[in-house]
Amino acid sequence: MCNNSLAEEKFKELDAFIDGLEEDEGNLIVILHKAQNLFGYLPREVQLHVSRKLKLSAAKVNGVVTFYSYFTEEPKGQHVISVCMGTACFVRGASDILSSLQEKLGIKCGETTKDGKFTIDSLRCVGACGLAPVVIADGRVHGRVEIDDLDKILVELESGVR
Amino acid sequence: MSGHKQLRIALRNCGVIDPENILEYIARGGYMALGKILDEMAPEDVIDELKKSGLRGRGGGGFPTGLKLEFARRNEGERKYIICNADEGDPGAFMDRSILEGDPQSILEAMAICGYAVGANEGYVYIRAEYPLAIERLTIAIRQAYEAGLIGDDIMGSGFSFDIKIKYGAGAFVCGEETALISSVEGNRGEPHFKPPFPAEKGLWGMPTTVNNVETLANIPSIFNMGAGRFAEIGTKTSKGTKVFALAGNVNKVGLVEVPMGTTLREIVYDIGDGIVGGKKFKAVQTGGPSGGCIPEQFLDIPIDYESLKEIGSMMGSGGMIIMDEDTCMVDIAKYYLEFTTDESCGKCTPCRIGNKRLYEILCKITKGEGTEEDLDSLKELGGIIKDTSLCGLGQTAPNPVLSTMKYFYDEYLSHVRDKKCPAGICSSLTRYEIIADKCIGCTMCAKACPTACISGKVREPHKIDQAKCIKCGACFKACKFDAILKS
Repeated sequence: MCNNSLAEEKFKELDAFIDGLEEDEGNLIVILHKAQNLFGYLPREVQLHVSRKLKLSAAKVNGVVTFYSYFTEEPKGQHVISVCMGTACFVRGASDILSSLQEKLGIKCGETTKDGKFTIDSLRCVGACGLAPVVIADGRVHGRVEIDDLDKILVELESGVR
Repeated sequence: MSGHKQLRIALRNCGVIDPENILEYIARGGYMALGKILDEMAPEDVIDELKKSGLRGRGGGGFPTGLKLEFARRNEGERKYIICNADEGDPGAFMDRSILEGDPQSILEAMAICGYAVGANEGYVYIRAEYPLAIERLTIAIRQAYEAGLIGDDIMGSGFSFDIKIKYGAGAFVCGEETALISSVEGNRGEPHFKPPFPAEKGLWGMPTTVNNVETLANIPSIFNMGAGRFAEIGTKTSKGTKVFALAGNVNKVGLVEVPMGTTLREIVYDIGDGIVGGKKFKAVQTGGPSGGCIPEQFLDIPIDYESLKEIGSMMGSGGMIIMDEDTCMVDIAKYYLEFTTDESCGKCTPCRIGNKRLYEILCKITKGEGTEEDLDSLKELGGIIKDTSLCGLGQTAPNPVLSTMKYFYDEYLSHVRDKKCPAGICSSLTRYEIIADKCIGCTMCAKACPTACISGKVREPHKIDQAKCIKCGACFKACKFDAILKS
């Protein structure tokens, strides 16, 4: 957690969100979505906070967090680059794109660069198969990507120019 | 896409109306079916009409929709639920996303119709978090439908009430399986459980529940508007209506196509999809995603329906249709799908958790050139056991990509294990690059591109690759402008 008072605000916002929900035993997943939006990831203290607030066991909360691939217990880098590994992208060369990206940044898929700038991720199909292969950089979809496009995408991310 | 082979029922409004304006949906006949039903029909009549239409589940299994609703109607429960399965996890399929983004009201109308038929007053749309635009449009659609009094309390003054809420997935393929989906809606790990009891008996919170896929629901209002009899005239003997396919891969025109059941694969690939990219040779079409199989050229002319695809070792699935050309290695494809299923297996039952892992390991061994012919027998035997003994649909179908490619492309498997060659040139461990001395002009491009500096030679003289140092990355092959590098 970067800053205590900042974290406190976020916990307050999370509590307000939980209090605003209708009574429903099935709310855990939507609460975890909200928590990950706020904190960027779901560290131990956030999971414990949620479990106490909902009066659920920490094991139950952690069980759900680790079951779903959307939730992460590790902080992600400033910029997240996701390579779609759906079948259409795979058939059109997504694995070459991923290995080239890993080589360029010197990290493996799922890891973050030491300076905390970039995280590489792979996705299970974003349903944009017409644009295969697809790379998503900070939420922006790049279609029909070739290895030569990767440098440009990385530079764009670093400079914040889109 | 060329239109004459296509018939749009599920996609009737996609791209035609503004999905964020309920009035445009109503102007195209939206909520007419619900209005008619609430006004004139008894719940049993609604179920009869759906049974007459022959509509079957479009999510993959193909279970008759009318029958599913009838089971839930018959079962007693304090409350009953309708769930829309919008957890489109099959990689390469995006028909449900398009319907949710292009025509969300049709789903809400259909859910209310199903609710009336079974006696449920609550509905959930379970949607994957990877589809933010679909979530946004659906949220707007629900708000507008409430404001218009088309869902909510006492719909159109009929006394029937129906509420719809959204539940989010969080990235788990197994949640497409209905019992796993229900666990996830309840806020738990999305693990499936044994059936029976079926959701129609004990579903969400232990109450009778009907789970229907997005495309199935999108058909329902049309069935009541056109009449079940007319709907049943479309398609084949056992499969009525249309099916939406997501055409992707090595085909010229990619995108969604909606065709009557009984259309042939050839019509889809060549007439609608305009053939293979770069004029290459067709090799296979994969249907049914990680649960389906690869269909070779000899079956291009069979009329597609639930039964015909099953007979040839694949399945309808949700409608992903990936076209593969001659440069695709079928062992590599089988490995790709197994990597997917091992990763997505929830781990609850042993055959799926461990069996599929072993299948994957054998496939890795084969693609590395370390496989034997005995390994091929093990693949078959193990695949059969996993199919027979797994708990849910994920495990029961996970070996299909391996078994179907072995059935139709056994030669390729043999080349990998016997000759240690990958005919498509994909498995890098089995690939060899050589410079053809007669064609090499000594431009040095390959040597410059080589990351391990294993290409030697003087300028304007033929170069040579040091096989011991070559890592088979293919950089030289791509760099050469004179076709002087042989890949084998």
